Amino acid sequence: MPKWFMPLAGVNAVMFAAAPFLIARADYESTMGLVQKIFYFHMPSASMFLLSAIVCGIASARFLFGGSPRQDRLAYAAAELAVLFGAITLVTGPLWARKAWGVWWAWDVRLTSSLMGWMVAWAYLLVRKYGGPGSDKLAAGLALFGMANVPFVYISVNYWRTIHPKTSVVPTLPADMGTALWFSFACFLLLFTLLLRVRVHLEEQRAKLDTLYLSLDE
Amino acid sequence: MCFLLLLVACAPGVAQQSRPQPQPQPAPPAATDEFVPISQLPAQDQLPAAPLLVTAYAFVWVALFGYLLSVGRRLTKVQREVDRLESDIARGTRT
Repeated sequence: MPKWFMPLAGVNAVMFAAAPFLIARADYESTMGLVQKIFYFHMPSASMFLLSAIVCGIASARFLFGGSPRQDRLAYAAAELAVLFGAITLVTGPLWARKAWGVWWAWDVRLTSSLMGWMVAWAYLLVRKYGGPGSDKLAAGLALFGMANVPFVYISVNYWRTIHPKTSVVPTLPADMGTALWFSFACFLLLFTLLLRVRVHLEEQRAKLDTLYLSLDE
Repeated sequence: MCFLLLLVACAPGVAQQSRPQPQPQPAPPAATDEFVPISQLPAQDQLPAAPLLVTAYAFVWVALFGYLLSVGRRLTKVQREVDRLESDIARGTRT
């Protein structure tokens, strides 16, 4: 692991410990009250979910057209993170919606497209695990669809009639709400970087293991 | 004949009088025809927010810690196997 990893992991732990205090200090939203505070972890995890899908898609495209195993390892790691952050998004969202909208789930375009993206990430991992020889390229093709879904998820709230808040909400937040949100966003972004690095390291070690087994056979 | 004409002329009035008078409708509660902040809803209409908030944050922490543990466990297992194979190979080349 690189030298910067452990110090940054420490910084990230401190940031995550401080985040609840900033979130608690932020003002209550006038109509939704306490439950709106789910937003401070929901939105950053959703952003990391979309970022993971983009990283997975770009790395898969580079693997498909360049054949670099390094890019394949990066794509595999990012797909797993897309499943993790997607799960957080799809669990925290309905918990917020139950109070704010009165329902756990609506087949709204934002929610449905997010669920689709999450299922594509799951499909990627399942193909990699059970697909047999050639599954890396098949999964890379799936990742391109996952990445193509990302702009659709992002713009969906602005183009279709939906009950999900629009993207224009974030820039108009009051100062203390904005501070808590962007701090949480920084926490999640750093966490994403660290997890991606450690997950890629795991794939590197697995590749090394394969090489060692091959050298033993020869 | 006059009696019949009188009967016809009075019939609508009699029918109107015998029809039950519509009861005055109670005014709809304010919550149904105007925006009401969630904090001002009656207690029976309010869903407690705290359990939802706690569940959401608990899920985030559990998911992140669970994933960290899972990656750590997988990494330790692979690392141990790499070390074992490397020592096997080193022993094999020495002999």
